[in-house]
Amino acid sequence: MDLTAGARWMTRAAFTGECMAGLSFDLIALQLFAGLALGAIYVLFAIGLSLIFGMLTVVNFAHGAFYMVGAYVGLYLLMLGGNFWLCLVAVPLIVGLFGLAVERVLIRPLYGRGIDYPLLLTFGLSYVMVELVRIAFGKTGYPFDTPEILQGAVNIGVGYFPLYRLFVIGATAVILLGLWLFLEKTSFGLIIRAGARDPQIVRVLGVDVSKVWLIVFGIGTAIAGFAGLLAAPLQGVIPEMGGTILAEAFVVTVVGGMGSIGGAVLAGLLVGVVVSMTSLFAPEMAKVSIFALMAVVLIVRPQGFFGRAGLMS
Amino acid sequence: MTRTTVKSGSLSRRRLLATAGAGAALAASPFRINLARADEPNIKIGFPVPLTGPYGAEAQDQVRAGQLAIAQFNEAGGLNGRKAELVVRDDKLNPGEAATRTLELVEKEKVNFVVGSLSAAVQLAINNVTKERGVIFNSISQSDAINEEKDFSRFTFHEALNPHMTSGAVGRYAFSKFGKKVAFLTADYAYGHEMVRGFLEVGKTFNIENVGDIRHPLGTSDFSTLLPRIQALKPDILCISNFGRDQQIVLKQATDFGVKKTTQIIAPLLSHASRVAAGPQAFEGVIGGCSFYWGIEDKHASTKGFNQAFSKMYDGKLPTDYGALGYGGVRTVLEAVKNAGSVDTDKVIAAMEALKYDYYKGPQYFRKCDHQSVQSVLVIKSKSANMKNDADVFEVISTDEPNEANLRTCAELGHKA
Amino acid sequence: MDEMSQILQRAPARPGGWFEFATRHRASIASLVVLVFPLVMPFTALAVNVLIYGLYALGFNLVYGYLGLLSFGHAALFGTGAYLCGIAIVHLGMPWYAAIAIGVIAGLLMAALIGVLAIRTRGIYFAMVTMALSQCVYYLFYQAVDWTGGENGLRGINVRSIDIFGLRLDFINPMIRYYVIAAFVIAAFFVLSRILASPFGAVIEAVRENETRARASGYDVTLTRLITFVLSGGFCGLAGALQALHLSIVPIEILHYDTSGIVVMIALLGGMGTFFGPMIGAAVFLLLENLVSVWTVHWQLVVGAIFMLCVLFFPAGIWGTLISRGRPR
Repeated sequence: MDLTAGARWMTRAAFTGECMAGLSFDLIALQLFAGLALGAIYVLFAIGLSLIFGMLTVVNFAHGAFYMVGAYVGLYLLMLGGNFWLCLVAVPLIVGLFGLAVERVLIRPLYGRGIDYPLLLTFGLSYVMVELVRIAFGKTGYPFDTPEILQGAVNIGVGYFPLYRLFVIGATAVILLGLWLFLEKTSFGLIIRAGARDPQIVRVLGVDVSKVWLIVFGIGTAIAGFAGLLAAPLQGVIPEMGGTILAEAFVVTVVGGMGSIGGAVLAGLLVGVVVSMTSLFAPEMAKVSIFALMAVVLIVRPQGFFGRAGLMS
Repeated sequence: MTRTTVKSGSLSRRRLLATAGAGAALAASPFRINLARADEPNIKIGFPVPLTGPYGAEAQDQVRAGQLAIAQFNEAGGLNGRKAELVVRDDKLNPGEAATRTLELVEKEKVNFVVGSLSAAVQLAINNVTKERGVIFNSISQSDAINEEKDFSRFTFHEALNPHMTSGAVGRYAFSKFGKKVAFLTADYAYGHEMVRGFLEVGKTFNIENVGDIRHPLGTSDFSTLLPRIQALKPDILCISNFGRDQQIVLKQATDFGVKKTTQIIAPLLSHASRVAAGPQAFEGVIGGCSFYWGIEDKHASTKGFNQAFSKMYDGKLPTDYGALGYGGVRTVLEAVKNAGSVDTDKVIAAMEALKYDYYKGPQYFRKCDHQSVQSVLVIKSKSANMKNDADVFEVISTDEPNEANLRTCAELGHKA
Repeated sequence: MDEMSQILQRAPARPGGWFEFATRHRASIASLVVLVFPLVMPFTALAVNVLIYGLYALGFNLVYGYLGLLSFGHAALFGTGAYLCGIAIVHLGMPWYAAIAIGVIAGLLMAALIGVLAIRTRGIYFAMVTMALSQCVYYLFYQAVDWTGGENGLRGINVRSIDIFGLRLDFINPMIRYYVIAAFVIAAFFVLSRILASPFGAVIEAVRENETRARASGYDVTLTRLITFVLSGGFCGLAGALQALHLSIVPIEILHYDTSGIVVMIALLGGMGTFFGPMIGAAVFLLLENLVSVWTVHWQLVVGAIFMLCVLFFPAGIWGTLISRGRPR
């Protein structure tokens, strides 16, 4: 699929407003917005993954399962009679606590044993978590209604766009801001940034690294759960919902650079937009395109946009 | 298959409890295996279905209905006293696993016939294994490919509908009512393509204008990048050709994007389970096809009989579309066995080809060249008000009566005359 | 891989010990077990699956257990072997032995292709690249519907009889099918054993133990890795080809990363870096799956839990733990 032809179309269309293939500037803009909304979920998911990898050098194969659990916890709370706003606060707390437990009990014993073991453990953990949810909630999944206030579409100038998706973009921005403030302005955030840059120094300086790791894992999984809750009104909830996003999120973390928050943000949005745009021209190539992108980045610049070079030798 | 004989006085209590416990476990397990008391081996029907995975609920329904057919056969005396038994296996919705299970059923369990499964890819895999070994396979899942010469064999039968029939029925209804500009949103795999082909075929007679066919990869969870493009085409009708979760998600998101305000959405197949999983909002106003709905009992005595027998056996539950297929698939084989008077494969094939039946939804028969069951197709619409009971989620707005003209011709499928 | 290395570093027992005997005759012992295997399995098709997945795991083990590189893309090698063997029979009308050869060559070539692209990356990145590349292969095969059948899989790999030296064997007969496939697996055992025992085998282990020292000793580490990966592709390709013949179909799922994940689990379960481990892992995994599936639909819970237990407490796997406990000092 010739993407340069598409680029030429787009510029011409931007000037003329309409072109022979029926792709108007409005449509492209709408598609871009859709890509941003899609990317927002990727960003939230990938940030946690990147944080955990950057600090603990653990590839969390169960991250998708935490995402899924977040969606189900939200569903359950709503079933008990809560409201969506309550869930926005409660879900990350609950999932984060669960994440803390997992790190303490299952992952901590594996440090020092070799890079692969936590990866393998989280791989097995994802099977267990998915199956437990199946047992508790059934196999078929549930619909998840968009909260009333956020239903419907608004005219954003180039066309009608679902209000809830705008909310997702907004919520992501808020979380990113909060995370940035935490990392830049608090002393704990300072330790995390230092640790991501050089774990040895932090230990030498007398910081209790294991506590730091515990909290980072908790934060990472909490954000994943939050992402799952946000995604639930978009597609409903099923036990398998963590699987595909995990594979795609690996693309994001690798392209952005493992361990880099900024990289995860940029790459997440980029991947969302790439998927959105390829869908416009050649939908069947959308999936291949992101994996091919990942492979290319890994070969040409393995540390991604902003990752540390030589991170994993 | 075991014989439970009780010799009074020689049975210790522990033995009795253990046996009772095992019996209870078996009875409670999803595989209610019939314990036969005949001296002859049971007639075994292998039943590979996806008990694990997202369609587990539908599969359970198929098993239940299949067991009903077996029970009715046995209660009516079986084949001169010889009883039948359903040997259920989990194919995990994976063709490789299904092939392994079918090998187990044929080689180890020595089943006489195989009935199953739920996905197109899986049934084709099962079919490949059974036809190489000369075992009759009655498929209860949608597929166009199984009718084609390449996959077909004289041992292959197809009780279920195929995409061509369902899209044809829905197309015939919708294209005459809602407008001429038709857009397509299609899952990019064989099943999706088959459905679009069916729609386009029917569309020719109605002079529809194909304004665009947008493909999406299987397993897409986000259609936000495709829906604006569709809306820009301003279609009167949007044909969404996908299945299962993909369908549930796209209907929900299409509703969110306001597509329904300007466009009539049609789908070749709407399943009971999907409607329940996705909820009334997503399905509101959507028109589609299906093979069976319990609500047609007002029209067919056989449906009423089937509904009653099913309710009686399963605590008042009503059968769903998948359940009905399980029932039909097993019952046609057993009736053919009765008519043939034997389990010999050639005789049963001849009996099935000659079968004219009405077991659960009106008259049906198998077409000779491809063993496709010629049957009615229901056009349905989702219902969310005036529901008689929990299962009343659809209303039947039209019916395509059984007609060979609705199928692809034998020549088209590659069969020599 | 530190713990694995520790276990393997405990020096071989004194000559005459049972362990040394087992190591020298490992291929023969494995072959003997394979010959009597179908008698203990619930049904023959399952025994064949164990052979095939065991061979697949053996190929994977070459890269992970012996070389120390975790690959999450081995499904591409397994699947390509299966598809090309199938395509050779269905679309090109070739005889079964040529198709198997094509499957092996396909595995070698695909491994060379992926290897050349991936081999310079290290550690976790290697796992990610291999996963990404194998997903590309998955989507490409999916789209090539005319050759592969796409979502419906490749059907029609119908080999009814095998003619060897004038002897006509009925391939549909389960026992005969088992022994024909077993013959290939046994041949693979001997080839693998030879490779490991050769000087090249020693270089592989040297690279795993201490890459810098190996390089300093003059060995081309990158080339060693690449060659090992390619050899691994050959074994996995053979396993795939045999799978195609056994099931008479090739499902598209064979190329999905789940299939890569399964071989990782099997290898870990059995014991990486050991000769018998992969086969034992395959047997235990498939048997468990088969047995557990009969009693509960929640077999994934059981498998996942066992896998986690292994990672936490028995990282050397079943066989690895057995030999480290039972080895004479």
